[in-house]
Amino acid sequence: MRFRDLVAVVMLAGLYSLIASGLFIVMDAADVAFTEAAVGAGVSTLLMLKTLTLTGRYKTPKTSRHIIAFVSVALTGGLLIYGTHDMAPFGSADAPSQNHVSRDYLENSISETGTPNVVTSILASYRGFDTLGELFVIFTAGIGVLVLFDGTGARSTLRPPLADHLVLRVVTRILIPLILLFALYVQFHGEYGPGGGFQAGVIFAAALILYSILFGAAAARRILSDDETRVLAAIGLLLFASVGVMTVLMGGAFLDYSVLTEDPVAGQLLGIILVELGVGITVASMIFRTFLEFEDRQCADEAQK
Amino acid sequence: MMTLIQQLIAPLMLIVGSFLCLTGAIGMLRFPDFFTRVHATSVTETLGAGLILFGLIFLSDGLVEVIKLALILLFLLITGPTAVHALAKAALAAGVVPDGETKKISSQTNGEPPLKR
Amino acid sequence: MMGLAVYWVIFGLMMIGLYITIVDGNLIKKVVGLTVFQVSVFMLYIAIANVEGASVPILVAGVDNYSNPLPHVLILTAIVVGIATVALALALIVRIRESFGTIEESELDLTTPDSQNDH
Repeated sequence: MRFRDLVAVVMLAGLYSLIASGLFIVMDAADVAFTEAAVGAGVSTLLMLKTLTLTGRYKTPKTSRHIIAFVSVALTGGLLIYGTHDMAPFGSADAPSQNHVSRDYLENSISETGTPNVVTSILASYRGFDTLGELFVIFTAGIGVLVLFDGTGARSTLRPPLADHLVLRVVTRILIPLILLFALYVQFHGEYGPGGGFQAGVIFAAALILYSILFGAAAARRILSDDETRVLAAIGLLLFASVGVMTVLMGGAFLDYSVLTEDPVAGQLLGIILVELGVGITVASMIFRTFLEFEDRQCADEAQK
Repeated sequence: MMTLIQQLIAPLMLIVGSFLCLTGAIGMLRFPDFFTRVHATSVTETLGAGLILFGLIFLSDGLVEVIKLALILLFLLITGPTAVHALAKAALAAGVVPDGETKKISSQTNGEPPLKR
Repeated sequence: MMGLAVYWVIFGLMMIGLYITIVDGNLIKKVVGLTVFQVSVFMLYIAIANVEGASVPILVAGVDNYSNPLPHVLILTAIVVGIATVALALALIVRIRESFGTIEESELDLTTPDSQNDH
């Protein structure tokens, strides 16, 4: 079955992400499922649809056979399956991956960091350096989008296509404050339940994107201007890194929050909250800004026609 | 009284809700045109999911759980019909014709969708 | 034997994504294929982290069997990095379309940019 309509392709990819997030819940990964539903099924699908409005919805049909590609893919798959014969079966508690550092994290998370959600304590504290690197990647990719789309400097003045949609406008006015509130809950409750900076940032950006879809990019820019999103993206990253520098100055290792206060556990909690806040700010502003850049491109594209 | 609700009414709600979800899925596949298909999915979203959530509310034992489920129900009831309404309105604006008309047009243009919008 | 079948299904999904990425000439479909591949890798990691009968790794009193939280952390950050890179890829596709007038690999002639649309 070959789809020529790329909208169908993109929607199916979004559905695949959504089903995957359901599977993640089944396999006990609440935080991951949360992120995948917001990012994979939400923002990623939205950006792809946005791209389709710029590049055209239908692809030229082409039916050719690719025997070499098929053979090499089948071979790769075969090798991967061959590799599983040394693996422990699905769900086994004595697999090597369950029995090294992870057990340590599970046992010491409360006593060392005071954080019941072990995913958050590993993300922000035990492997905080790793997360800092990931945040740098997000920041760099966002800058890449800005650089690629720079040039005309046009700001979208498109009248939003849903401007006359009364029902949507009313419902959105009710929902946006609730979405923002939920984002803040996810941000600051991430130590105790599923959530954290990454999820909260995406949800926050989703609320802003919803607003700009309904009321136009110009209205959305009145909330957060381009200068503000640019500075905020940098501030989030700076906050994360400067917490690390702070711990070094106070005599600890880089991103070892125990030295931040007298009580090591309180220090860990403070550090985790600050670092997650940095993550949230950078992710939210970068995703929102990326969406606006696509919107500007669409406006410039339509002006050219 | 509470046990009667928990043992009889709540499972009944879950079963009826699941049945409505199933009919929604079948309708999505089998109904003839866009608007009837959207109608089938909206049944899934409102009554199907609503009944399942109501059943779960009766089965849950903590107050926090009840409040969370009730909030989910509330948001589903606000967002679901809105999304379906927006979809139907967008389809109408894009020129999708209700009833069997879509089929007629698409057969005239060799399976191409009637409008490229 | 059954215990490994879960991984095999995931490898199947992964290979579907890889095949789309290699074979399809349309750049957007390539990105979609890459996404399918990526999500399948996420599934593999989460499947490895899963422990029979365990619960979500949020510590509560009275439960002492949890799934492995470490792969969850790796995948959580990978998802958000994934959206950032997908956004970059889509931006590149938009620019390619503007400069060369097409996003089909077979029609792309990289030696002669379409000067009309170039700015």
